[in-house]
Amino acid sequence: MPVVPLLTVRRLTKRFPGVVALDEVDFTAQAGEIHALLGENGAGKSTLIKLLTGVYPADAGEVRLGGELIRPASPREAELAGISTVYQEVNLVPSLSVAENLSLGRQPGRLGFVNWRGVRAHARAALARLDLECDPEAELGSLSLATQQLVAIARAVDRRARLLILDEPTASLDEQEVAVLFRTMRRLRSEGIGIIFVTHFLDQVDAVCDRLTVLRNGKLVAEHAVRGLSRIELVSTMLGRTPEQFSAVPATAADLAGRPPVFEARGLSRRGAVHPLDLSIAAGEVVGLAGLLGSGRTETARLVFGLDRRDGGEIRVRGAAVPLDSPRAAIALGFAFCSEDRKHEGILPNLSVRENLIVALQARRGAWQRLTRAEQEALCDHYVEALRIKAPDRELPISTLSGGNQQKVLLARWLATRPELIILDEPTRGIDIGAKAEIEHLIGKLRAEGVAVLFISSEIEEVVRNASEVVVLRERRRVAHFQGAEVNSANLINAMAGGHVPHD
Amino acid sequence: MKPAARRRLPLVATAVLLAALFAGAGWCYDGFFSARVAINLLSDNATLGLMAAGMTLVIFSGGIDLSVGALAGLVSIVIATLVETHHVPPLAAAVLALAGCALAGAGMGALIHFFRQPPFLITLAGLFLFRGCAYWLNTESVGINHPLFERLAGDAFTLAGRGFPFVAVALVAGMAFAWTLGHECRFGRNLLAIGGNETSALLMGVPIGPTKIWVYAVNSLFAGAAGLAGTVYTGSGNPSFGIGMELDAIAVVVIGGTLLTGGLGSVLGTFIGLLIFGTIQSAILFDGRLSPWWARIVVGGLLLAFILVQRFLVVRLDRIGRKA
Amino acid sequence: MTEALARRRFHSPAIWPLAGIVVLLAANLLLKPSFMRVTLLEGHLYGLPIDVLNHGAKILIVALGMSVVVATGGIDLSVGSVVAIAGATAATLSVHGVASLPLLIGGSLAAGVAAGAVNGVLVARLGVQPIVATLILMVSGRGIAEVLTDGQVVVIKRAGFDFLGNGFVLGLPFPAVLAVAIYGIAWFVRRRTAAALMLEAAGDNPPAARLAGLPIDRIRIAAYVISGLLAAVVGVLMAANIGAADAQRAGENLELDAIFAVVVGGTALSGGRFFLAGSFLGALLLQLLTTTMYNLGVPPAVAPVPKAILILAVCLAQSERSRAWIAGLVRRAS
Repeated sequence: MPVVPLLTVRRLTKRFPGVVALDEVDFTAQAGEIHALLGENGAGKSTLIKLLTGVYPADAGEVRLGGELIRPASPREAELAGISTVYQEVNLVPSLSVAENLSLGRQPGRLGFVNWRGVRAHARAALARLDLECDPEAELGSLSLATQQLVAIARAVDRRARLLILDEPTASLDEQEVAVLFRTMRRLRSEGIGIIFVTHFLDQVDAVCDRLTVLRNGKLVAEHAVRGLSRIELVSTMLGRTPEQFSAVPATAADLAGRPPVFEARGLSRRGAVHPLDLSIAAGEVVGLAGLLGSGRTETARLVFGLDRRDGGEIRVRGAAVPLDSPRAAIALGFAFCSEDRKHEGILPNLSVRENLIVALQARRGAWQRLTRAEQEALCDHYVEALRIKAPDRELPISTLSGGNQQKVLLARWLATRPELIILDEPTRGIDIGAKAEIEHLIGKLRAEGVAVLFISSEIEEVVRNASEVVVLRERRRVAHFQGAEVNSANLINAMAGGHVPHD
Repeated sequence: MKPAARRRLPLVATAVLLAALFAGAGWCYDGFFSARVAINLLSDNATLGLMAAGMTLVIFSGGIDLSVGALAGLVSIVIATLVETHHVPPLAAAVLALAGCALAGAGMGALIHFFRQPPFLITLAGLFLFRGCAYWLNTESVGINHPLFERLAGDAFTLAGRGFPFVAVALVAGMAFAWTLGHECRFGRNLLAIGGNETSALLMGVPIGPTKIWVYAVNSLFAGAAGLAGTVYTGSGNPSFGIGMELDAIAVVVIGGTLLTGGLGSVLGTFIGLLIFGTIQSAILFDGRLSPWWARIVVGGLLLAFILVQRFLVVRLDRIGRKA
Repeated sequence: MTEALARRRFHSPAIWPLAGIVVLLAANLLLKPSFMRVTLLEGHLYGLPIDVLNHGAKILIVALGMSVVVATGGIDLSVGSVVAIAGATAATLSVHGVASLPLLIGGSLAAGVAAGAVNGVLVARLGVQPIVATLILMVSGRGIAEVLTDGQVVVIKRAGFDFLGNGFVLGLPFPAVLAVAIYGIAWFVRRRTAAALMLEAAGDNPPAARLAGLPIDRIRIAAYVISGLLAAVVGVLMAANIGAADAQRAGENLELDAIFAVVVGGTALSGGRFFLAGSFLGALLLQLLTTTMYNLGVPPAVAPVPKAILILAVCLAQSERSRAWIAGLVRRAS
């Protein structure tokens, strides 16, 4: 008699306006198994998790846990049904003690009183179960992030959890911390708990997972046993190509060598963010910054723009050493920075499209040198036309536009300052294919106009297509540098994935 | 240091400050170091203390309530009017007034929760409303001539040969009640969780809505009790009673080490904060040369010092939160 | 395009206080038509509309500073205390024999600027929450004013000082003229410089504004300084009005009235957009309400009741929940 799988998902579908985020996906997870859920940004991983944990309702399909149909309407209901989740952001209360965090919402006690002795005993038991050595009385916020993560797991598996979802728990942990986490995961596996593990680090899949499922563009692509699957095969499945297919994009502008760099950094570093690295970008050159999530790409970009203070290193702009310690200083030097975090570091949500577009230029001119209304409108019309921004009215708040159009307005905001160096951090994330192509086209135009571009993307193909030179980061270090014909996906993937596997 | 001890460090520091202030005042002024002064410290600040006790709970949850001073004024005049004009027995009048307070507080909490309005704004409206209603009833203060009130105005309890006025006992009882709610009950822990991180609290199964509505109801009850204590203490109902006291209450809570952003704090700290506040005021009174307004300046300075200390605490918590 | 235009018009927040003003004026007209009469006496205008402008001047001016602070996502609770400090400063200078009127006024305004700078530095540089930072000055500011005046109502006698509080310009009371003039300047600055855009950007999304190259710390400090300065202007006007500095009563509850005017005027406390016309009309509405009640024989102390009801109504009407509800009704109807 076949054993009933712990979790079976059949033809699960979720549509958002304009996109099918999850398209009739099947997924199975067994008890006592660690199952990796893989896919690039936008593949549908987080949608699947949000459907399983009741954050969104599904449009179609069914979810069975232990053979029983479930329809959680909230994370709380999912937890009661036996599906617990630990997110990358620790969802605990940092100002309370570990013991309280473990029992909050379900404290032992009667008549509304808390039985503190019970709370402590319960906390000790929960921590002991995971072999976690930390003082239950300690303030959660005073512990290392990894320990907080483990406390969150201890809480998640505390009650009747049968399925534990770990959503990128390792993104901000160091190697030793990851090893401790893995030990905990194996221990839970041996207790018969099923674990769904979302990660971007492929060596972690090798190290700890039994099976893996790959999603791409909202569809199920493959389900495999981890053993016997090569790294290259796995990456090919994720990207939907074979390695040969996507190493053929020719690099351009090999004759750039010898041009004086617009931007040059030596030993650029910041504690906890980037180990000392060198970077140089010439006019009319697109330098790609490649690496997995968490490899230090964004952190490097922030140092280049002066958004975070660097601890060490020298920066030269057009040959002259500059302090470059604030975005204002960077902008004065002709830099521009399109952040990956459009919502928090990009748009001014309640201000109009026009105001969003001119704000950087206006900031550069100062409060008293106001652009006249006519100048502002001319700029808007120019960029709406040039970047094909679909905005019904430039006086409406930017938050009424789609993600792709917001992104274009942000690009226009920087182009309006006529930058000499523009940093594009994931400019194509979360926008539709058409807009992506237009943004790539724009990068080509900038290069032709002699603008220096620092280009960051999670999509290797995009980097290969656009950059004439690529710096690869791994674990916050510069590990490789490719130029001209060397810039191909095989090289990049090798360099990005080349880390050793953390075994304990 | 053990983590449990480290958590209590701010409280200990505040207590040491109180001891130093009290000892300093005792050294400077003859007769300061007496049981009478200590007991007066309690009864003089009973109203403020009751308000601060409730305010502590609201601030636990990351909220604020500006209406407590006005509500105390309203309760004061309502009780006086009921007892003097309508001849309602004092106990019944008190119960009626307090029930009304709880209801008003729950109403404000409901508006804050369901309409997602800033607590600051809704309770500001409450301030206007309660104060206006108080003046509506009577623009003048009303003396209460009732034997029960006269008896309560004197020493109500005797302990170790010392008489304790009713309001001093009410203050201690109120603080104990707030402490029980805040530290020994699920309610209080849920408040801290909401103040610490509302999203997390929701995911952890804390009932956000009921907890928020209840805390404003409980706080208004404390404000009502403060009004009642003030009425007993002064033997009269006064519609302008408690003007500006909400700010003193907030100041006391902050000096007591409770984080104004919520999530961290202690009722015991508030009690110590209250005593610091009271000691400064009595010391300046004892001095006789300084303007009594110096007390406000000193409190402002203390507030600044404590907030800056807290700021560094928050920076620490923040850093951890951001890394997460 | 017309639909978008209509949506913008519909969202123009000045509509609500304007509607309130119209309703109150109509009520006044119906109840006692004589209220609305404006008479010319010895070259000065008198009447209810003039009274409203004159007595409302202090709320108008403080509300403007508050709008600027609220736009940056902050709040200034200390304005009432700063009013008292400014008056007390004038009194202190006067007692110490400062004869020159400009010096007297300058000293008061400087005190306001200093108070604003303290608030601004606490908020922008030390990262203290605005409510908390300005609470400090709110608590201690009145104490400072009382200590300066030694707890007395100090009489200030200077040639021309009385004019600031009780004089007339072109037949209109000076405070009213000054308030309107200050709004005029603000409007001009808004039209001709990018200062307003910078305030709004800094309040709407501070990290994004910083990334776009705006000096958000300086912008925030400037906002609190403006608020402190305007509060000091009101302090001078009020001291001139009664010819004395009253540290205890001057500017009492003014912070609440100003916040009220700003919120009724459609500026969200969360920061971002601010509306000059909205705040202006909101402050006028508030004063009209008080004056109307006074004229109808309601004791002035009861005036907070309708204020409270109004503020609750506005909050609830502006909340997302009720907007969604109204939108649902509209959709069903059409």
